[in-house]
Amino acid sequence: MKKEVLFSYAVNMIAVTALFAVFVLLFETRAFGNSTQYIQGIFTTACYTIIMVTSLNLVVGFMGEFSLGHAGFVSVGAYASAIVSNALAGKGLSDLTLFLVALLAGGIAAGITGVLVGIPALRLRGDYLAIVTVAFAEIIRVAFCNFPITGGGKTISGILKLSTFYRAFWVMVVCVAVMFLFVRSRFGRTVKAIREDYVAAAASGIHVTYYKVLTFTVAAFFAGIGGGLYAHYMTAMIPTNFNFMYSAELLSEVIIGGTGSLTGSILGAAFLSSLPEMMRQFSQYRMLAYSVVLILVMIFRPGGIFGGWEFSLKQLASSLSGKTKSKAVQEKEGM
Amino acid sequence: MAEKNQSKPPVLRTHSLGIQFGGLRAVDDFNIEIGESELVGLIGPNGAGKTTVFNLITGVYQPTEGSFYLNGIEMNGKKTYQIVEAGIVRTFQNIRLFRKMTVIDNVKVAMEQKLHYGLPQAVFRTGSFWREEAQLTRYARELLDIVHLSGKENLEAGNLPYGQQRRLEIARALATDMKLLLLDEPAAGMNPIETEELLEIIHFIRNQFKIPVLLIEHDMSLVMNICERIQVLDFGTTIASGTPEEISSNPKVIEAYLGKEEDAPVSEEVRENA
Amino acid sequence: MTFPLFVQSLINGLNQGAIYALIALGYTMVYGIIRMINFAHGDFIMVGAYTLFYTIPVMTSAGMPAWLSVFLGIVVCAVLGVLVETVAYRPVRKAGPMSALITALAMSLFLENLAMVLFGAKPHNVQAIFRLPTIRFLGVSLPLNVLLTLLIGVLMMLALQIFVKKTRLGKAMRAVPQDRFASVLSGINVNKIITVTFAIGSALAAVAALMYCARYPRVTNDMGSMMGIKAFIAAVLGGIGIIPGAMLGGILVGLIEIFVKLFAPGWYEAITYSVLIIILLVKPSGILGSNLGEKV
Repeated sequence: MKKEVLFSYAVNMIAVTALFAVFVLLFETRAFGNSTQYIQGIFTTACYTIIMVTSLNLVVGFMGEFSLGHAGFVSVGAYASAIVSNALAGKGLSDLTLFLVALLAGGIAAGITGVLVGIPALRLRGDYLAIVTVAFAEIIRVAFCNFPITGGGKTISGILKLSTFYRAFWVMVVCVAVMFLFVRSRFGRTVKAIREDYVAAAASGIHVTYYKVLTFTVAAFFAGIGGGLYAHYMTAMIPTNFNFMYSAELLSEVIIGGTGSLTGSILGAAFLSSLPEMMRQFSQYRMLAYSVVLILVMIFRPGGIFGGWEFSLKQLASSLSGKTKSKAVQEKEGM
Repeated sequence: MAEKNQSKPPVLRTHSLGIQFGGLRAVDDFNIEIGESELVGLIGPNGAGKTTVFNLITGVYQPTEGSFYLNGIEMNGKKTYQIVEAGIVRTFQNIRLFRKMTVIDNVKVAMEQKLHYGLPQAVFRTGSFWREEAQLTRYARELLDIVHLSGKENLEAGNLPYGQQRRLEIARALATDMKLLLLDEPAAGMNPIETEELLEIIHFIRNQFKIPVLLIEHDMSLVMNICERIQVLDFGTTIASGTPEEISSNPKVIEAYLGKEEDAPVSEEVRENA
Repeated sequence: MTFPLFVQSLINGLNQGAIYALIALGYTMVYGIIRMINFAHGDFIMVGAYTLFYTIPVMTSAGMPAWLSVFLGIVVCAVLGVLVETVAYRPVRKAGPMSALITALAMSLFLENLAMVLFGAKPHNVQAIFRLPTIRFLGVSLPLNVLLTLLIGVLMMLALQIFVKKTRLGKAMRAVPQDRFASVLSGINVNKIITVTFAIGSALAAVAALMYCARYPRVTNDMGSMMGIKAFIAAVLGGIGIIPGAMLGGILVGLIEIFVKLFAPGWYEAITYSVLIIILLVKPSGILGSNLGEKV
């Protein structure tokens, strides 16, 4: 049993490294010519959006609860990491170390905020939870507009540009991998059970509130890391960047990509975040198109495009070699 | 109030347990004592308060009067997950499975409390993670075996036929370290063959795990067959308690189910002879 | 705190509050029936406001009073409400509360961005609607607009209360959320009731738009979302689903905002949101609401 698992881990690692190698090749040989910088920028945006969207999926897709205030956690992470990198700059740390420390600081700050928000908020459900998350995110925004350390409502700039595409890529890989491991463990199982039927989950001895707050905090942590990436790429930001609109955008990407499917979030976020750049001239139609797609998805395919399905190299390999087919047939016949 | 001649307290003891909703006394002065390995039935007409009793002793409702004790420890005021942790486990009248999860995951979720590994171990996939998950899978498979659901572990729970869903529910209840099993109409909707299987399973549980079972049931054949003692509720109060023979010939019980003798349907013999 | 300042703030707060109350009335009506937050309600107001922007000049050039254009606004908003309900909300009603909420959110985004595409992002200014005088006394200025807004709010509230309590349609509207199955069995056409509710709620949005534009003539495509949230806070504070609650909640929120602005201008929004959080945690049924537990 363990050998199988190690093997599949190795396969996934190799696939990811191969993907990275492809990117390195494309960029180092300047395959995109003058647009190389620009394209790298798009990919970096995709990386942090992927982290933000997959983390939100943990709460919305796997746990089945609402969060319309995810941008609030992103902003906490963004500002916290910016403050830390600013404070530690020039103190002899290498760029990479500074980057990682700042990101971690952002994640932890966001995680702490997640606990503080989650404990009161998660007593509510559905509509009320949604509104309360908006309220908390707005309070964070107003707070940042009033604190001098976060710019006092004005843009802060001059954040070190530490988010190169290569670093962003690997941060994204690590974050997504950790989220996968979280889902494929007792935590994922329990959270899914809570989503399915929280009364039955409680009757199975699960401390529902504890798990809800835990998942919420983990999601907030990763949102914070995404925020840190954002801050050190954009190098300038203002609290209104992280408004209700942004939270709504992230939520839309989760829904469209597929609730309960990390694959869907990755592909959805990657695609939807690079779209506006590639369609510059249509930028004003972007959110319009999002909302139409969202409505269509809700009516015709509520689970999202990839709803609940995860891509697995192992499954792909075995289905190609025809090995799993007979087993699947057996299972369908209820043997 | 005086304990019987035993060194151990009964597994379940309720003392004047009751709940009032506004002006309605849904359950009034409910007293019961269940010892180890007993099979007790709780019957009564619809709306008599049987499920409410279950809700009271699982923390879904808080009693407005009286108290209940699990192995001598008072359980009033505890929340559901605490009562479950303490060992009272129930199945529901409407099956509440995790429909979109696999059969084996349903059982594994019920064994959540047995796991010890934390978030770091899960993320870094340490030895304790693998060990505990493997143990979990082994034990889950054993339980599925007991309820005759082996080989179906990767099916979606919602896709199982009704009778198998019921058995899965029981497997889930077994998965916890329970000290008392509450079955709420376990035979509802089952055909005679499935009911027979259910009887076997309940007996097996009682003999193998030595845990007492309290069941609510309308299927008289099951109740008479399996229960050693029966308590009858009507309008929230206990109207009779005793062995199956005593209960089936108790006029108050018959009256509760069928109405008073004057209104009872005239028997066929009488009609024929008239 | 000088007396004139206090009275002035009171007046401003009542004005703000009356506007919130009108918006909250529509919110609470719809929520009372379908138990769903219509995120797009604020955007119905935006639609009403844009309608007014275009129809008021037409009215005035025809020599008629500007406020008559509210009737066209009512029609437009009611039609929009019915359309949205039929096309987007009804198909997902069965799919569960999360789908319903996301659809409402999507609808709100859709309306806002559609407006931006159609009308551009620049603010439009509505012409003055009422030319009512302003009374000045003791250093305080009381625009009669304020009294008018309050009056309309109270009238609407009373009209709705009578409608809901006395008419057959109104009774049906109260029956549906209590027990949908029983309503169907009583011969109530639930879909029709819901549609009518949306029409009425959206019509109210048009009236709210009128009074809003009378005070704040600036119309933008994103004016709806924040207003919607504030009005939702008002409705919850007073008691969601309860008509007088919307009035009470609206006034309270308006007063709180204005007074907090006096002392901590940078934080007033945060205070409003904090009020929401506290109410939802302490007494979710609102000031006028009764406590209902959750059924297992």
